[in-house]
Amino acid sequence: MSYYDPKDLRKFGNITEWSEELGTKFFDYYGKVFEEGALTAREKSLIALAVAHTEMCPYCIDAYTKDGLQRGITKEEMMEAVHVGAAIKSGATLVHGVMMMNKVNKLDG
Amino acid sequence: MTQLKTQSLHKRESDLAQANKQVEFLSNGIFAQGELPKFSNKIEALGQFPLQPKPLEILQINIGYMCNQVCEHCHVDAGPDRKEIMTRETMQQCLDVIRTTNAHTLDLTGGAPEMNPNFRWFVEEASKAGIKDFIVRSNLTIIVSNKKYYDLPEFFKKFNIHVVSSMPHWTKGKTDKQRGNGVFDASIKALKMLNEVGYGIPGSALKLDLVYNPSGAFLPGDQSGLEKDFKKALLEDFGIHFHNLFAITNLPISRFLDYLIASDNYEDYMYSLVEAFNPSAVANVMCTNTLSVSWDGWLYDCDFNQMLELKVASKVKHISAYNEAVLNNRNIVISQHCYGCTAGAGSSCQGSVA
Repeated sequence: MSYYDPKDLRKFGNITEWSEELGTKFFDYYGKVFEEGALTAREKSLIALAVAHTEMCPYCIDAYTKDGLQRGITKEEMMEAVHVGAAIKSGATLVHGVMMMNKVNKLDG
Repeated sequence: MTQLKTQSLHKRESDLAQANKQVEFLSNGIFAQGELPKFSNKIEALGQFPLQPKPLEILQINIGYMCNQVCEHCHVDAGPDRKEIMTRETMQQCLDVIRTTNAHTLDLTGGAPEMNPNFRWFVEEASKAGIKDFIVRSNLTIIVSNKKYYDLPEFFKKFNIHVVSSMPHWTKGKTDKQRGNGVFDASIKALKMLNEVGYGIPGSALKLDLVYNPSGAFLPGDQSGLEKDFKKALLEDFGIHFHNLFAITNLPISRFLDYLIASDNYEDYMYSLVEAFNPSAVANVMCTNTLSVSWDGWLYDCDFNQMLELKVASKVKHISAYNEAVLNNRNIVISQHCYGCTAGAGSSCQGSVA
């Protein structure tokens, strides 16, 4: 038995039952964010897919892979988006190397 | 050269080749156990049960299940091995109806309708009835499959046919995955031939629309968004024009049902359809303004019911006894597959309905 059950994604809307006001506000906000704006809904879907991976959220990966397919996004585009997320994640790790270098230089320079 | 993707369920002697087995499968499982509501209960809650037709607008005639392609998700289970095609005698009965119907649209489909040896004669005769919108659903590859079909674009033009063609994606990989190797290149070639005679060109009266249906176990996205992407890609990559894109949901019947079961996607897909149920699509589902005629002249509420062998619930069941007034008083036959037409923006042979 895994902590994650794919069927739980279908129950996401149920969070509103235990806090109607906050749940409703969240889903209204969520829906609004993904509407066409300065960015297209397609671009937003790819951003969501990349973030889903950096957050390592299985529900979000399921949801935005499907969303991408529905929008006609190709697997090549999806993988490039995932690499963008991975590059930022690894870059974020590596850029901390500068802190390490600063510390080494200060302590033992 | 296109390469066939698979074999028809009939050829494979699959259980699902039998319509009653499909209806049985769709009624059991998650629906029988009450995990998901039955379609009839869902529309009853809206006060729309029994579903009844509005005045007839579209007469859709399937002139045969024979096709040069064997697409993975074909709801007709069409293919080169299907021999069921409309005879000239049944076509004559259809013509008698076409001359008197109030429907403004005549929609010929298949299979590949062009493969019926009487196709051209039938188009010529039917066009004399002065129907406002005369559609032929062409799979595109038939046009380049054999030199005897090369003049189809000119033939369509001569009778001012509205051409509606399938195109699952603007990339070769996704198209060939669903429809067979070589289908994308052949389709592009055929679209160029149609463009050359004036079809699909902005402002042209020669209408060329494309039908998009998803290549896998997911629902179609927003029709206008997809149309924009299709137009941009086909124009930039190939210089191809078309008018409108119809986004159609794959209904869980025939080869698509077989695919859903084999890929362990059936339950998730049915959940997706039920969760995307759109009450405002119910009033406009195509069975409310369409009649479907099979190759052997039987009447159905839609092409999907035809494939499930669910004939109209009317004392008039055959084109030979056609009576529009009597037929308009029928109740529409429904089952769980109907969720496919009410999901999201709704789905019909003319695209979104909500």
